[in-house]
Amino acid sequence: MPCHGSNRVTSIALQGVRLKLGTRVILADASLAIGEAEFIGVLGANGAGKTTLMRAILGLLRPERGRIEVLGSPAARGNPAVGYMPQSRAAIGALRLTGWEFVAGVLDGHRLGLPIAGRAGRAEVDRVLDLVGARALARRPLAETSGGERQRLLLAQTLIGRPRLLLLDEPLISLDPHHQASVVALVRALQRELRITVLFSAHELNPLLGALDRVLYLGRGEAALGSVEAVITAPVLSRLYGAEIEVVRLGGRIFVMSGSHDVERDAHQHDQHDTHAHDGHTHDHTHGEHDAGV
Amino acid sequence: MRTMAIRTIIPTVNTMLAYDFMRNAFAAAGVVALVAGAVGYFLVLRGQSFAGHALAHLGFTGATGAVLLGIAPLWGLVLLTLAGGIGMGLLGERLAQRDVAIGLVLALSLGFGLLFLHFYTAFATQASALLFGNILAVDIGTVWTLAALGALCLGTLALIARPLLFASLQPELAEAKGVSLRFYAVAFLAIVALATAECAQIVGVLLVFTLMVGPAAAAQRLTGAVGRGVLLAMALALAEAWLGITLAYYTDWPSSFWIAALSASAYLLAVAIGR
Ligand SMILES: Nc1ncnc2c1ncn2[C@@H]1O[C@H](COP(=O)(O)OP(=O)(O)O)[C@@H](O)[C@H]1O
Ligand SMILES: [Mg+2]
Repeated sequence: MPCHGSNRVTSIALQGVRLKLGTRVILADASLAIGEAEFIGVLGANGAGKTTLMRAILGLLRPERGRIEVLGSPAARGNPAVGYMPQSRAAIGALRLTGWEFVAGVLDGHRLGLPIAGRAGRAEVDRVLDLVGARALARRPLAETSGGERQRLLLAQTLIGRPRLLLLDEPLISLDPHHQASVVALVRALQRELRITVLFSAHELNPLLGALDRVLYLGRGEAALGSVEAVITAPVLSRLYGAEIEVVRLGGRIFVMSGSHDVERDAHQHDQHDTHAHDGHTHDHTHGEHDAGV
Repeated sequence: MRTMAIRTIIPTVNTMLAYDFMRNAFAAAGVVALVAGAVGYFLVLRGQSFAGHALAHLGFTGATGAVLLGIAPLWGLVLLTLAGGIGMGLLGERLAQRDVAIGLVLALSLGFGLLFLHFYTAFATQASALLFGNILAVDIGTVWTLAALGALCLGTLALIARPLLFASLQPELAEAKGVSLRFYAVAFLAIVALATAECAQIVGVLLVFTLMVGPAAAAQRLTGAVGRGVLLAMALALAEAWLGITLAYYTDWPSSFWIAALSASAYLLAVAIGR
């Protein structure tokens, strides 16, 4: 089994990986190794390739060059040991199904037949709901849950089948700071308790600061993996953004500035186009409080 | 009071069922309602109701084209809705849900249907039967054909129900787990096409919505569980179809009108209860 650094087992290994979408190069030549039971914050501007990298790890996109190994074997679709929370989940909020049924909808989802959960399946759904503390709220229709509650149900769904690696694509989108903090704390607690590897993508570093082990920062076809101290620095980020970047630390928070504006915050605001109109309000609030805090 | 009412109803139901065409109507509507309820549940869940509507319009063209060629309209309906469903599925999930593309197919097919009717002489009755259904004209042979097609629909749906549900609820995750979104999109729309062709026999192409979408949408308002929802949609569709035919028998108004009215009322009632 491939190892990295000391004697920790590797969860994800990229060797000379070149990833392209159409003509766009997402990763030029990336080599890195992520150890077992690490919590990795995947950061980078909008369009930097966070989602694309996750899809490649899932085996949905083949690298043009190089190898991606996941839990000791080449990346391939249908790996039961990999849990995934996709980024686009706008449609879920309109469903009249209960949270329980929604979570149960993925049970053995690749197998033919009627979607009737047996005793073991029902127990598995209850188990993952208990893990995220959503047993009671799972009785309500999804359409009547808040963004934070839905996020907990989605997290429960990723835990079905006891995965050893979780890929969470922007779980904090359109949540207010309070809910962002609780989602991060919940994922961190689960990651420690279950000893699983987590890739958690976000545009903003600050909500993840207390939780992450290492950062994987993407930009301009490059990937930088390391501790916050090593990666969130002016020289590294200037290279990834292709612009003069200044890193400002203030009261336990870190701001990535280009000239006089915060580039992570800009990325966050652009993303409002992707989300629902009514979610935009939550964003505005977030930024208002953000400013007040500085 | 109640027993008296029952005593008067039972003999009238008996006289109603004494007619062959009424028995055929109940049997055909029963088969079709069960299919429509189950297929409609997934159609609504996937947000593809409009695609179902467009398929029904394609069916109109198929039926008029078949009449022009001297084939039974049902086979024209089946053939063209099936081709349309598979085509939409192949064009991709996203395109299949795109309103403009579907609307275009819808308008174009109605246009062609009209053209075919133009060449056909028995214009008015044929057109009205295709557009609004003519349940009382269903013969026993058609009942058996509908039952066979219905069994095919429900059997296939039962076979693919689990991955279809997965692909509908969490498409990206399903894809990552090895479920082919394309395959299930095509397979499902083929099932919808068959169900649409069946419904068109009962309520006509313009009112396919009332049997496919109405009961399913009402059921989704009333229960948050998939299994119960499918069964409830089937039961509602069956009740609406049979009650509609019964009301038509007593009032002499078209059964399609009654089914449409019952379907809309049931949905509104479900919305009122469901909140
Ligand atoms: N089919 C495609 N061809 C070319 N470029 C694409 C294609 N699909 C997406 N992209 C681009 O690839 C980039 C990476 O996207 P993505 O992985 O979603 O970034 P992130 O998740 O970090 O926001 C984006 O700039 C996007 O516009
Ligand atoms: Mg993304």
